[in-house]
Amino acid sequence: MSPPECDRCAQVRTWQSVVVTFVAALALGACTPTPPAATTDLSYQSKLIEQLIDAKPGQVIEIPAGRHVFDRSLTLRTDDVTLRGAGMDKTVLTFAGQKSGAEGLLVNASGFTLENLAIEDTKGDAVKINEGERITLRSVRVEWTGGPKTTNGAYGLYPVRTRQVLIEDCVVRGASDAGIYVGQSTDIIVRRNRVEYNVAGIEIENSRRADVYDNEVARNTGGVLVFNMPNLPEAGAGTRVFNNRIYDNNTANFAAKGTAVASVPAGSGIVINANDQVEIFDNTLRDNATAHIIISSYFSTGYMNSYSVAPGFDPYPEAIHVHSNRYTGGGDSPDGLDLKALKLAMMGLSGRFPPVLWDGYADPKKLVNGRLPAERALCIRDAGAVLNADGPGNYRNPILDEKSFRCELPPLAAVAWDPAG
Amino acid sequence: MKPRGWGFLCIVALFSLLGCHRAPTPQFHAQVNPEQLSDWGILHLDDGTLKLAEGVQAYQLPTPLFSDYAQKLRTVWLPPGEAARYSSTSVFEFPVGTVISKTFYYRRDASQGGRVQEAPALSAATLDLRAVRLIETRLLVLRPGGWVALPYVWNEAQTEARLTRAGATLDLIRVKADGGEVPFAYMVPDSNQCAGCHAPNIKAGALQPIGLKARHLPAEQLQAWSAAGVLRGLPAVTALPRTVDWTDESIELGVRARAYLDINCGHCHNRSGPADTSGLVLDASAVPDVSMGVCKPPVAAGQGTGNRRFGIVPGRPDESILLYRMESTDPGAMMPELGRHLAHDEGNALMRRWISALSGSCGNHRS
Repeated sequence: MSPPECDRCAQVRTWQSVVVTFVAALALGACTPTPPAATTDLSYQSKLIEQLIDAKPGQVIEIPAGRHVFDRSLTLRTDDVTLRGAGMDKTVLTFAGQKSGAEGLLVNASGFTLENLAIEDTKGDAVKINEGERITLRSVRVEWTGGPKTTNGAYGLYPVRTRQVLIEDCVVRGASDAGIYVGQSTDIIVRRNRVEYNVAGIEIENSRRADVYDNEVARNTGGVLVFNMPNLPEAGAGTRVFNNRIYDNNTANFAAKGTAVASVPAGSGIVINANDQVEIFDNTLRDNATAHIIISSYFSTGYMNSYSVAPGFDPYPEAIHVHSNRYTGGGDSPDGLDLKALKLAMMGLSGRFPPVLWDGYADPKKLVNGRLPAERALCIRDAGAVLNADGPGNYRNPILDEKSFRCELPPLAAVAWDPAG
Repeated sequence: MKPRGWGFLCIVALFSLLGCHRAPTPQFHAQVNPEQLSDWGILHLDDGTLKLAEGVQAYQLPTPLFSDYAQKLRTVWLPPGEAARYSSTSVFEFPVGTVISKTFYYRRDASQGGRVQEAPALSAATLDLRAVRLIETRLLVLRPGGWVALPYVWNEAQTEARLTRAGATLDLIRVKADGGEVPFAYMVPDSNQCAGCHAPNIKAGALQPIGLKARHLPAEQLQAWSAAGVLRGLPAVTALPRTVDWTDESIELGVRARAYLDINCGHCHNRSGPADTSGLVLDASAVPDVSMGVCKPPVAAGQGTGNRRFGIVPGRPDESILLYRMESTDPGAMMPELGRHLAHDEGNALMRRWISALSGSCGNHRS
């Protein structure tokens, strides 16, 4: 979906981003409480690092209220440790002067809990958990305080290769890739978080069984992404996105080129890319200016070619079930020339895209009489006609189509893991 | 090993500080982490010279990890009568009690004030402290529970190195050969960060040495150890893997580039390493296709893409994310993630030449 560049749209984009950044700065200024006085005292850094080195399983490390300054990343490698602050606006770990380390906090351990604190202005990812089980991130605020910038760290909360992950009541702002990014993981719950001014609000990638619900997803470039990337050991499937409020995700895309999210048009509510068995229901989607829901294949990322994708990768989204969502506004000002032209052609100057766009790619090898078999179908209810953009036909014959999507898929099961237990 | 009293240790330490000529004996500490490096007895000071204790073996890697232009004095010591077992592919199997040390140092620049220069390669197993400035000595110690990493930082007076488990950041200035000065923050890792490189299997998480593998060590070195009885099971020299000096122009460019990537990236970018999440394999086992980055779109590089689309674009180093991240000094973008703040100009020049010489393309793409 990356539009061809031209000088004029580069200009427009620049102005958009200036305005958005300015507005964002105002909004952030308005809702961030004044932190305790800044200091460059690094004395707490050594203390916390030694606590992390000496941590024993079962230990709770309390980080007192205050603004703690770090110039290097933190690493934890002991299982069953809790890091706890005095509140996401009281205990602030700032990495604005970070000299080394690709993260704020890097964890390689199971049974890890991080709660009640804030991590600000890391050079790279804020919190990365690489390999582990039973991971809880609760009431953590991650923020890049200068607003959306390409030079901000990529990911806010980033568990990868993990199992049984709970992310709840967190706030993430300003990530130059995804605010909450769960990659290559299994049995995931992401709930009651507030994610805003990120390129992607929440991204579930190459993961199996995820429940994303009760989140407030606003003013990102794209709200919730459910992606599968090639060249990784496992494909993802089985994500439910429900009961979220996803609105005003119209921030100009500020991701570095080359990233997967750089191809996400501003104004996207929910984007599925190449992922299977996704159920989207009971969400409130409002004023996402490109489209509330985009169902797309890997072809639409612009990366699909025989050099870039290892054999065996399935680029098609299949078994997608969209129903019972509430849609308001949106679709009236899509991002990029291709989508603008498509909207003009299909809906007219003052018209708007329907809630759901599909890029039109389906695996020709799986089609039976021109249709996907029932268990792999795209079933879209309560959303009117779907705009099929006709990607495979070079976007020459887009159509509005309701009938082809009239089907039902069995509801996906809830994540079978009780975080309270 | 006979237990020795604290008094003995103190005397040894005192002698070494005073420049006594009697060399200390290496000590394996199975439980405590001594606060002073000298308590290990591996290295000692003798009349302004850093020397190795009896039985401590120095070794060099023809293709080492780049660490901000620091030179490294590497040693290994095995408890008396013990030997390591050879492996053709993995780290040699060492006995409990083995102590490996790596001392990072620079040429001492006359103008001082944190100014340092790249030191010449080690010619003898001693260091003249009038010529070099010692920065830190990292120990890897094999205890019954596994390898333990301990960073020691040398004091200004260069008389002792102290255990600095939380790591340290030193503000230094690199004086280049042409006289140009580059300030940088030299980072001593904390004990947990040592695992960032020394735990090559992210699931197991166990620490390991990196350089003490057959493919990194010259045959002469292995044969010397074998002759000295500290390495068992060494096969005939013809059966040893080829060791590559990355600067040796007589060796094929691609072979040198791969050796460089192996030692600088392979500890994370292997099939079970911390960077297996990226799908990018750069160790000796890598095959030159998409898994080695050729035409590979990034998975989670974030701003580390540098606005480039593929890991390696054949013939086009300036479109290759790999080179961008090796040239970057931004902690959020650079590779490796730890252990350097300066770009390795000579190593990057090798990468540039190698990528330039690769044939093929990544197809037609909009960039």
